[in-house]
Amino acid sequence: MKRRDFIEHVSWTGAGIAWTLSSTGLFTAEADAAMQGGVSFVQISDSHIGFARPENPDVAGTLKKTVDAINALPQRPAFVVHTGDVTHLSKADQFDAARSILSTLKAPLIVLPGEHDVIGSADNFLAAFARKDAPKGWFSFDQGGVHFVSLVNVFNFEIDGKLGPEQVDWVEKDLAAQKASTPIVVFGHVPLYALYPQWGWTTEDGSKVLSFLSRFDAVTVLNGHIHQVVQHTEGNIRFATAASTAYPQPAPGTADKPGPLKVPDDQLLHVLGYRTVELHREAAAAFADHDLV
Amino acid sequence: MHTTLSRGLSAATLALCLAGAASAAQPAAAPSLLPAVLTVHVKDFKYNPTPATIHVGDRVTFINDDDEAHTVTADDKSFDSEGLDTGNTWQHVFTKPGTYAYFCELHPYMKATIVVLPATPKEDNWK
Repeated sequence: MKRRDFIEHVSWTGAGIAWTLSSTGLFTAEADAAMQGGVSFVQISDSHIGFARPENPDVAGTLKKTVDAINALPQRPAFVVHTGDVTHLSKADQFDAARSILSTLKAPLIVLPGEHDVIGSADNFLAAFARKDAPKGWFSFDQGGVHFVSLVNVFNFEIDGKLGPEQVDWVEKDLAAQKASTPIVVFGHVPLYALYPQWGWTTEDGSKVLSFLSRFDAVTVLNGHIHQVVQHTEGNIRFATAASTAYPQPAPGTADKPGPLKVPDDQLLHVLGYRTVELHREAAAAFADHDLV
Repeated sequence: MHTTLSRGLSAATLALCLAGAASAAQPAAAPSLLPAVLTVHVKDFKYNPTPATIHVGDRVTFINDDDEAHTVTADDKSFDSEGLDTGNTWQHVFTKPGTYAYFCELHPYMKATIVVLPATPKEDNWK
């Protein structure tokens, strides 16, 4: 079974912005029989509810705008995944505000913690978004013939971007039960590969999980944390970070430090947004990054 | 010697009370800061000054002057500011001598140190 080496896919957003995506194929020509119907979902990230600086004085407003745009999509997504930093400072009132906005989504919601959601402890995050099927925070599920793995790489006290041996062992066992032809989608807050370690944009033990993923025909890894879209491919693994719903950060190495980036007021909605992802049997998998204009 | 010890104890007790008052005053943007012997500024993903030297019972003010949120978190978890947004301040009284390494929980590569020396005995206490 050979993976298609190269697929070009053009997807149009509701706002009329085209992204031409070159990627390795996400599906084999002889797709698995279990692969029925496919699945479409939405990724949002880094809402930083509680942030109140000039880079975006109304982060609740831009999150609401994001939710409204998702609710207006022509096709209702199977679910919406928030890849972390829902809040700015892990405060209970910030989680309450975030929950009240996100609860208006007309689709099931999956929320992963970012490091801003677990300052001091994970208690407030868990009170807001704990899942019964994820006693440790990480979990997996199957939908539309795709195996989804949701990871947490912000629970280590001294290192931001670490899974820890217990989670790494769990991932190894979870993936061992999957067929190589099953499409795999992985969620996590901090990028799993060394995107820009100088700014902490890496997961220390991410390479262990990437080694478990190497035997699969097609893997997609979706992260947040860096407040901008960066796509990257390593062999069978396609990585993509997401835009924030709150404020952008500088591109790697283009500033002295990471942190909120001030853009002209009329440009802010151009650099915030959400991502739709579609996985269809025997068709190109498609990402589309939509802004909030 | 004995005098020094009991002074140390009372300083520690006083410090604990003050620390309690400070943490009760949380969160952040402390409207009225208590006098401190040292102010550490957090700016451009760095703590300044570091290393810094103080004495047991001394209060330190930490100010986040950066665009980004940070924390002041001891490696041994003996103190933790939790999240400090731009402009937020946090105070801590050090009650035991030692070398305290601390870092930012949001950006763990930000590291700094405070050295706490035993309390300085005052001459008039000996008379």
